[in-house]
Amino acid sequence: MKAVYALYPDGHSAQQAVSRLHAAGVNDRDITIQSAQPMEDFEFGHRDKATWMWWIACGGALIGMASALGLAWLTEMSWPINVGGLPIFAWWPNLIITFEMTMLGAILATVVTLVLTARLGRRSDIYDPEVSDGKILVGVINPSESAVAGLEAALTAPSGAQFKRI
Amino acid sequence: MTPSHSQINSDLLRPLLRTSWKFYVVVTIFLAIVVAALVSWLSQMFYGFGISGIRWPVYWGFYVTSFVFWIGISHAGTLISAILRLVDAGWRRPVTRCAEVITVFALMIGAMFPIIHLGRPWLAFWLFPYPSERLIWPNFRSPLVWDFFAINTYLTGSLLFLFLPMIPDFAVVRDKSTGLRRRIYTLLALGWRGTPKQWHRLESAMAIMAIAIVPVAVSVHTIVSFDFSMAPVPMWQSTIFGPYFVAGAIFSGIAGLLIAMAVLRRVLHLEQYLHPIHFENLGKLLLVMALLWGYFVFNERLVTYYGNEPSEMAVFWRTQRESFAPLYWTMVIGNFVLPLVLMGIKRFRTITGCVIASLGVVVGMWLERFLIIVPSLGHKYLPYSYGIYRPQPVEIIIAGATFAAMTLLYVLFVKIVPIISIWELKAGDHQPPDGSHPIAKKQSLREVEG
Repeated sequence: MKAVYALYPDGHSAQQAVSRLHAAGVNDRDITIQSAQPMEDFEFGHRDKATWMWWIACGGALIGMASALGLAWLTEMSWPINVGGLPIFAWWPNLIITFEMTMLGAILATVVTLVLTARLGRRSDIYDPEVSDGKILVGVINPSESAVAGLEAALTAPSGAQFKRI
Repeated sequence: MTPSHSQINSDLLRPLLRTSWKFYVVVTIFLAIVVAALVSWLSQMFYGFGISGIRWPVYWGFYVTSFVFWIGISHAGTLISAILRLVDAGWRRPVTRCAEVITVFALMIGAMFPIIHLGRPWLAFWLFPYPSERLIWPNFRSPLVWDFFAINTYLTGSLLFLFLPMIPDFAVVRDKSTGLRRRIYTLLALGWRGTPKQWHRLESAMAIMAIAIVPVAVSVHTIVSFDFSMAPVPMWQSTIFGPYFVAGAIFSGIAGLLIAMAVLRRVLHLEQYLHPIHFENLGKLLLVMALLWGYFVFNERLVTYYGNEPSEMAVFWRTQRESFAPLYWTMVIGNFVLPLVLMGIKRFRTITGCVIASLGVVVGMWLERFLIIVPSLGHKYLPYSYGIYRPQPVEIIIAGATFAAMTLLYVLFVKIVPIISIWELKAGDHQPPDGSHPIAKKQSLREVEG
């Protein structure tokens, strides 16, 4: 069996299902939850919240800044042009290019981190299109045969549960 | 009454999944106007700039006016959306995507104008920062190269800022469609499933991008203002130009957004999602920006007047009571009087009132850009450099067709993407449980476990 899961009409029943799975000895990382919107009002919606994305964005910004300074330095020194008596490497105008590339670095680093850490572009073993209609999916992937009955009991206990196995 | 999730899906996916004959009629009309503009542009390339009204000393006319105007309109979206996201304004949810789309398309249209203005657009790559065969790098101390970096950074950031929150909505379309459409949306949805981890990462990414995009947006129009204020031309070299341009950009952007929202509401029957309160809130913002615009214009005019520098005063009087006066006072009425009356008096702050005020602002802001550029260039310091500018049909067609291009792009976008963010709307309607504080949640959890 690939997975067992249930669909719930609201966050309350989904939370109950998650809590019952915990009580049945299922680890957090073995429980799959899917919803059509963020569910931060419930405890299960707070899973996997910790992220390095902010620091990675700062790293991207630093790379962007270094690239801008390097580009400006290289180009201006390679072909020195006297512009209105400004120094060949003039800080004030170069700050503009530096600022833009710093921000671009932060933005690109953020997007790359999102794609990689949210595992976008990868197939999932379990999904139900009814999630798009507002149902909340709670399930366990690759359960052992002996555990299925217990999981079914835990998943079907909350009201409105729609149990499925694939 | 709050619509259910399936009703939200049904209402917002209807334009994507059903196509009426009206869609084809609208696309055909606007496409014809865009094609006319392309033919005009080709004729300009073929016959040369002589067929336009751009000649010494007024080298910047309708094209640069349109460039500045559209870059200004682009401030409607990403900037406003980012600010509303950062302050977590709940009413932003149905508005943000309508706004973000304007940014992307307005930037694309605006960025076309320097290329149109080149005369030889196939040499546009000379603007890019790479060493040419003569080893001459672009001059990083030139405001035109700053434009290249600023506009490209803003365009890239805005595209990503628009695309990221569309991913969950692409997943909804994927689940609701069949055949080829389903395959296309499966690709666009990037395997989105809606796990808590994916939601957290998306929200973190949006928060970071909102913080990054606000200063970028401000910098873009400041840098566009530097194209003028770095030049020794009467009434251009002013330290106030940066904030003056940014305020004007946000002002025209809000006006553009209000018009787009009113049209979408009526055409797509989105009355349940775009409420009068959304228009009223944006109308208040329009009023604030009208006052700010008036403040900047007063500053600019008063300081010039007191300085009494002859070449500046010549431009000053040309705009206020000579040949450009009709345009100038139309601008004042459109940008200040009309929004002040319609948005300042509560009973006029209706959807119709917002649209009328916004149309006035759009016209007024276009005129403002024109009046900054042309009177100054036509009346510089020495009499030998005085001249007049008469826009020719090729410029009028190209500048006018940009409005058709914007409408066409918007119509096509609405056909392929839900114009209101479905997941954000659902998240806004989501009812938190009693005692939604984390500690209360843990207590309720213990009750379940018990």
